[in-house]
Amino acid sequence: MFGLKRDWTVTLPERYFTFEDYEGGEARWCPGCGDHAILTAVQRICRDEQLPPEQVVSVSGIGCSSRFPHYMGTYGFHGLHGRALPVAAGVKARRPELKVWVATGDGDCCSIGAGHWIHAIRYNMDMTVMLFDNAIYGLTKKQTSPTSPKGLSTNTHPRGAWLPPLNPTQATLGFTNVSFVAQTVDWNPVHLHATLKKAYEHKGLSFVRILQRCPTYTDKVFDDLQSDPRKILVLEHERGVPVDPALDRVFPTRQAHDPSDMGAARALAARDDVFAIGLLFQDESCPRYEDFTRRGLDMSVDDKLAGLDAALDRFAL
Amino acid sequence: MNEQASPFSPAQHAGPTVIPEHTVEIVSDSGEGAQKAGQIFGAMSAKMGNGVWTVEIIPAEIKPPARSKAGASGIRIRFGEKQITNMGDEADLVLAFNEQVLYGRIANGAYRPGTVILLENKWASHPDDTVKAQYAAGLAELNKRGFVVREMALEQACLAHTSNPRVGKNMFVLGMLCWIYDRDLARARAEINGVFGRKGSAVVARNVELLEGGYQFARSTLTDLHYHVPPRPNLPPQVVTNGNEAIGLGVMGAGIELVSMYPITPATSASHYLAREIERIGGVVHQAEDEIAAIGFAVGASYAGKTACTITSGPGMALKTEFMGLAVMSEVPLVMVLVQRGGPSTGLPTKVEQGDLLSAIYGTPGDAPKIVLAAATIEECFHLVITARQLAETFRTLVILLTDANLATGVSPWDRPTLQAEWMAPPLDQAPWKKGLAPYAWDPATGLSPRPIPGQRDGMYVLTGLAHTERSKVAYDPESNELGCQMRSLKLETLRQGLAKPVVHGDPTGDLLVVGWGSTLGAIEEAVDRVRAKGGKVSSVHLRFLSPMAPGLDEIMAGFRQVMTVEINYSDPHTMAHRRLAQLAQLLRMEHLVDVDSYSQVQGQPLSPGKIEAELWKRLKALSEEAA
Repeated sequence: MFGLKRDWTVTLPERYFTFEDYEGGEARWCPGCGDHAILTAVQRICRDEQLPPEQVVSVSGIGCSSRFPHYMGTYGFHGLHGRALPVAAGVKARRPELKVWVATGDGDCCSIGAGHWIHAIRYNMDMTVMLFDNAIYGLTKKQTSPTSPKGLSTNTHPRGAWLPPLNPTQATLGFTNVSFVAQTVDWNPVHLHATLKKAYEHKGLSFVRILQRCPTYTDKVFDDLQSDPRKILVLEHERGVPVDPALDRVFPTRQAHDPSDMGAARALAARDDVFAIGLLFQDESCPRYEDFTRRGLDMSVDDKLAGLDAALDRFAL
Repeated sequence: MNEQASPFSPAQHAGPTVIPEHTVEIVSDSGEGAQKAGQIFGAMSAKMGNGVWTVEIIPAEIKPPARSKAGASGIRIRFGEKQITNMGDEADLVLAFNEQVLYGRIANGAYRPGTVILLENKWASHPDDTVKAQYAAGLAELNKRGFVVREMALEQACLAHTSNPRVGKNMFVLGMLCWIYDRDLARARAEINGVFGRKGSAVVARNVELLEGGYQFARSTLTDLHYHVPPRPNLPPQVVTNGNEAIGLGVMGAGIELVSMYPITPATSASHYLAREIERIGGVVHQAEDEIAAIGFAVGASYAGKTACTITSGPGMALKTEFMGLAVMSEVPLVMVLVQRGGPSTGLPTKVEQGDLLSAIYGTPGDAPKIVLAAATIEECFHLVITARQLAETFRTLVILLTDANLATGVSPWDRPTLQAEWMAPPLDQAPWKKGLAPYAWDPATGLSPRPIPGQRDGMYVLTGLAHTERSKVAYDPESNELGCQMRSLKLETLRQGLAKPVVHGDPTGDLLVVGWGSTLGAIEEAVDRVRAKGGKVSSVHLRFLSPMAPGLDEIMAGFRQVMTVEINYSDPHTMAHRRLAQLAQLLRMEHLVDVDSYSQVQGQPLSPGKIEAELWKRLKALSEEAA
């Protein structure tokens, strides 16, 4: 951005990016789908941060959420069902300078890709992972997802889902080396944006579970939260997600929560009487895997050849 | 080789009988150090200028019970005055620490009447009567089969040099081999110093004493077992590696900076090697959480412009197939090394098979044309990784390099490569992308297209596994998918046209043509040479490119009355009317409309030249009867 220096000279950026620079193809999600709000929030953050679009990679798996990269004007990777996280990790491994956003759904992340989810949290590579949690498989037309509430009628459980839903936040807070966990909802763009911005700024893997309405299949699944805003518990802390005064009227229920307090974070995640939004946990001291995988990036070809020659020497007669 | 340093001046060695080659085995219970002794012997022999092929005999269990038939652990060393390309036929000499471990080797056809077996005889006076009886029965069995058994009190002889002969006898045996094969003891001492030096001078001294003790013991007790295998003349500089180390060196030689893997036998030792060494070229090994993540991580790195590979075996490839299809479909360059082993499922994890040819070429959903190569020698394990990387990037696709457990664990000397900077991956291109140029701007003549890399200004595109246009836009219309398939297929044809015609080993025409691929090269050519020396009209051709296949094969096959493949994968018995053929035979029939026959085995063993030779004579005889 523009900036005035102490010596009164002005730094003028060579390029200035507008919101449109981060727009890709026209979003084909259903009207009223929560994904539109998430896309807009990410595009705003890219614009506000003036990220060169060529330095941004959005990675996804398969599902409604995973169409996300197609609607970004950046580089993108729309890969396989459940496999966004290994691809994103591979991108970061030797290109740690790239800004990576991962879009994944509750089926993609918490079911078919669950193994990768555990390990991506542990790798803690610097990226923002957005769990679009609409509690249903949308693209394949209404099958039970791991986060579907018990009793939800779906095409695979027409008489109601049998089991209580998996709690992704609680699970993530149990994985070793977790460094950032937040929750938000798609129907409040102010808090959504603030949460994703906080996540973007985090050094390490930031995991953000976003409750996201599916107007086609799970229109009513978050009704209790929407009809009774007191059930949304806004977390407040100086190191947490900033709470805009505009939220005072919408979400009156507040709780102070220190994001370094893992015990309190787990307790909050486990509550089923309220849904806590904001930053549950953050620890920037966790090791980041790219600090290991980036080793040797600057080596010259001559040094490589010398290294290989030495490797051959060990087998020489 | 330096003449003055050579221990082989004729005057000095008037004693030993000069022989062109020998095959030796040391077999033992697991943990008795047979492999260490054999490795040192093999390395010494290579350094003294012999051609050498070493293959380890590995039980599938980590610690199988002692004196068990299935628990044989050991090593075979075939060495000679010429280049040795395979493990050979039956052994000439065997050192065995007990009689039980020999049963499995006998079942594998590793010995012949006349094979000399030097057998530890402490079991004859074992306090346990069962053991005593087993030994007596074993001895009778060995004698009945015509092996020349010499019972020896090996451990007892070791007692003069160590209090723990079970651990020390491997170096004692190494000393014995040094006498038997007229090896330079100074060289053996140097090897021991290299292997045990880290453990301190006391350990080195103890092992050297055992070595010298074994040498003197053999010299006094085995006066008639004394041979000399002359060195190969004028050797260029050599390196001695197994196939997986050669793969690892090839990965580094190709400048592949990321190896993404998940543990699987027998591929893993390549990654073990790389984990120790790849920092020499500034690279890293990523051990992923599973096989799928291993390839996904490599695909992500490659998408981001970094050269990456994944290394696996058959069951691992099965898990990777969806990502393999994605790499092909979205045109992400990727090298995958597939070290084949036996069987579907867990199968024969430590043993050899060439069972993954068809699944490598076809085992991906939908149409996913990819490049498939097979290394035929340990040396090719090195060079073909470099080729694979270049092909992957040029053709913007997945390249699978097939090897197998035979190459992976075989140890042999090969010409030290002269390194070239061009072998290394070029630096990351971050120059701005040409504005408006599509991410898949396919050349309609070749199917090739330049690839934008994240970080390149104006190159932004979304890679997708959905059917897409040249602009990488999702497209469900009839033409787009057809066009995409066509362009990806065309790349293979472009490559095919550039491939050299395979070279025929032997005459260009004749009665029988053997077509092979992979690690069977040495055994096939040795068998062909033997048959040709006795007048059989047989030739062979060995394929490195399996997909696409090099042009010119049709003409080659047309020059022979019969074409057959020799492979290590399953085929139904020759007597069955509607039998399933071996995998390359199926492929050749399909692609070339030639009546190709096959000979194959799935016994977890490399094919020996003797077995192939016998089969070739059988086929030639049938052909001549047919003609008559």
